[in-house]
Amino acid sequence: MRKLVVAGHGMVAHRLVEAVRAEDKTGEWEVVVLAEEARPAYDRVALTSYVDTWDPASLALEGADYADDPLVDLRLGDAVASVDRERKVVVTEAGYEQPYDALVLATGSRPFVPPVPGHDLPGCFVYRTIEDLDAIREAAQRPGRGRRSAVVIGGGLLGLEAAKALRDMGLSPHVVEMAPRLMPLQVDEGGGGLLRRLITELDVTVHTGTSTDAIEPDGSRYIAKLGNGTELDVDLVVFSAGIRPRDDLARSSGLEVGARGGILVDDTCRTSDPAVYAIGECAAVDGKVYGIVAPGYAMAEIVAARLTGGEGTFPEPDMSTKLKLMGVDVASFGDAHAATEGALEVAFNDAVAGTYKKLVISDDSKTLLGGVLVGDASEFNTLRAMVGRPLPAGPGAILAPAGGGAAVGVDALPDEAQICSCNAVSKGAITHAITDQGCDSVAKIKGCTRAGTACGSCVPLLGKLLTACGVEQSKALCEHFSQSRAELFQILQATRISTFSEMIDRYGSGTGCAICKPAIASILATLGNGHILAGEQATLQDTNDKFLANLQRNGTYSVVPRIPGGEVTPEKLMVIAQVAMDFGLYTKITGGQRIDLFGATVDQLPLIWRRLVDAGFESGHAYGKSLRTVKSCVGSTWCRYGVQDSVGLAIELELRYRGLRSPHKLKSAVSGCARECAEARSKDFGIIATDKGWNLYVGGNGGATPRHADLLVSEVDTETLIRTIDRFLMFYVRTADRLQRTAPWVEEMEGGLDHLRAVIVDDKLGICEDLDAAMVKHVGDYADEWRGVLEDPEKLAKFSSFVNAPGTPDPTISFRTERDQKVPVLLGIPEVKQ
Amino acid sequence: MTTSIERTWTAVCAAGAVPEWSGVAALLDDGVQVAIFRLPGGRWHALSNLDPISGAAVLSRGIVGDAGGVPVVASPVYKERFDLRTGECLDAEGVSVAAYAVRVTGGVVEVEASP
Repeated sequence: MRKLVVAGHGMVAHRLVEAVRAEDKTGEWEVVVLAEEARPAYDRVALTSYVDTWDPASLALEGADYADDPLVDLRLGDAVASVDRERKVVVTEAGYEQPYDALVLATGSRPFVPPVPGHDLPGCFVYRTIEDLDAIREAAQRPGRGRRSAVVIGGGLLGLEAAKALRDMGLSPHVVEMAPRLMPLQVDEGGGGLLRRLITELDVTVHTGTSTDAIEPDGSRYIAKLGNGTELDVDLVVFSAGIRPRDDLARSSGLEVGARGGILVDDTCRTSDPAVYAIGECAAVDGKVYGIVAPGYAMAEIVAARLTGGEGTFPEPDMSTKLKLMGVDVASFGDAHAATEGALEVAFNDAVAGTYKKLVISDDSKTLLGGVLVGDASEFNTLRAMVGRPLPAGPGAILAPAGGGAAVGVDALPDEAQICSCNAVSKGAITHAITDQGCDSVAKIKGCTRAGTACGSCVPLLGKLLTACGVEQSKALCEHFSQSRAELFQILQATRISTFSEMIDRYGSGTGCAICKPAIASILATLGNGHILAGEQATLQDTNDKFLANLQRNGTYSVVPRIPGGEVTPEKLMVIAQVAMDFGLYTKITGGQRIDLFGATVDQLPLIWRRLVDAGFESGHAYGKSLRTVKSCVGSTWCRYGVQDSVGLAIELELRYRGLRSPHKLKSAVSGCARECAEARSKDFGIIATDKGWNLYVGGNGGATPRHADLLVSEVDTETLIRTIDRFLMFYVRTADRLQRTAPWVEEMEGGLDHLRAVIVDDKLGICEDLDAAMVKHVGDYADEWRGVLEDPEKLAKFSSFVNAPGTPDPTISFRTERDQKVPVLLGIPEVKQ
Repeated sequence: MTTSIERTWTAVCAAGAVPEWSGVAALLDDGVQVAIFRLPGGRWHALSNLDPISGAAVLSRGIVGDAGGVPVVASPVYKERFDLRTGECLDAEGVSVAAYAVRVTGGVVEVEASP
């Protein structure tokens, strides 16, 4: 067995370890990672989002502690201090000697702090680690007069990220940039001008074309003196003026370094010592240092391949970037600064719409070389894929705003063009999946090619490719209705049709099926058409809704009484226990903090519920496509760390939204502090308390495709929170597809989370009053469905196993005992050929 | 020469006990379970109640409708559809359930005891 020693544990080092462990099928390498920081690698790219939760776990990278891998030894908080290449040994800060067969240096970079006088005062910070942000927060929270302010030295990508973080912490940020424009590496003068305007509108004061000459203390505050004579009176200073590779180990051990710093490596990432590699921001590939994560990942993959007998060289990286800074789109791709000889530039600056687009084209004006987009980067994916290829139309036509010109179609892309850059899926691979593998929906393309499964930004392009391949993406609900679920909702709402038969007569064909009947029943229920088992509606329901219980594999049902927020008295627990004992029900605690009672026959259901309703329970809707539970942690009432009453809010929300019929099940949770014990971010709508209010996250779920919910609004009061959730739920219920949970609904929404926020927070479509009224009606109309059955002999009569032998149990149902409880014995399964 | 085969009918319930577009289960003397379905226009169908795919006796609880004009019930367990007239499964080749004759006389639903 050979030893691979990795110096450093950032994102790139983690990728290296993952790749080595994936490729090293025979377990040849034993990996030792020596990390400087006291925590495993985390998502530094998303560092700014730490301000949302102040929870380091929110930045965790999956599997970065290698807890289950005996071949990886991660040693935190003990960095490599020196390398003895002669003996092939590294010595750590703590004095520990670790021999190696191969050594990978992944020490990253350090923030560059310009040597201005005062740069080392206590109020000066850098912006790179979780600890940096914690320190900035502590300084920002120190008591002081009036609105606190801060200055960020450096107006690049990271500087603007820092400004956003400071703004989110409640400070007024200034940004000082030496170059004449913001983000000088990514955007040109025209784009920078617009960017400056858009950023200024967001309460950030921008100073460009000036140096910072000194930082001087002024009582508990600081004066930043700028080269243009301006003096800024601030509470703290953040330096974000670029990075420098950490190549000290290379220098001290005699490895070659690049002319402008960085550990010099060849295109296989090997240093001047064949046993030593360098990857990520500390490496200078043929002299060039790359400060973004994607090239670092490529280096990690190459070294992993080389170590495990594979091959590979570092390709000229695609430095295209697309990001959203405080809601402003900024993107650049290819030769954005027209560095190619003879390159021509064509720009379109729409000051009214707040968009700037520039294309860089070859001197014969035939080939796209690069470009810059500010304010609207929706064409980024298409344009980036076209770099180096003939233009499908004149550049003016491509730049003209939509509707005015021949915007770039997906047809124009060549087969090699990468559509999904996260998973490196080409247009050719996707069209192959569509035409030869029968993928006729975005979901099937995702499953087949993995395109669109990471960041999701290419999902709209997948739809366009389907159309381009002649696949009509049918919105038809089923063979009986050509309309989508959202259209059927609108029809039912507008016409006030209240029966399925009238609906299918007027708007459908045939007699209906197991798809359209429950879907329309659900919409009718949302719109408030009485009890779900009233009249014809009973024949539309899936068996779960028909018997108000969950069908299990042997034909029996399970019963889940509502326990709002998971709070229950001992007396009520005793009622559940007694019912379970009297009816011989298997009992299990659910994931949603309630109790599931299994093995009830249809005849038993009303008898069980009579007892439960008498004791004050009501339907838990575990059977319905509707709100399940609002889970909660114990909150500030008991918990030493809780900052808000999470149980109280969870109960209020659960009672408010109980019984709301929706396209799919809805789950929620409330956590009383950023420790997030209720796992709210895995829910359709999750709420996390802060000391100032509530953060609302939407679009999360567990299940087969787990997804963390995204922050929709932060630090709002309870009234605003509930109003926002009301609108979120009603908008979802009205517009989602059948069986589409909130996560894919948000992901596939044109404009995504920003559009959702514009609709339900800013009321862009003018529908909020209507959504609010609909929720008020829902809350007012709510009645317990089980009580409704027990009070109506006609509905009760349906709860019988046999129409000719009421009370006779189904003879095919039998049970055996396992771990002291009864479980089903499956009888009578005939041989089935499938 | 004419051979007459004697058919035995079992009375199950009043016709009014089965709403249109729904099903009920009946337990026959030999322990056989039959699912009886009512469609509009006095059309009645009966199939074995045992869903051959899941093994649960639940077909009577499925949703009744049509597939391309063929009257079907969808099993409530995994949603395979069965032709109400023949018992043939539309979604799993070679799978079928027994179909029974069913009639209504004097307001009483009767099924034929053996298929």
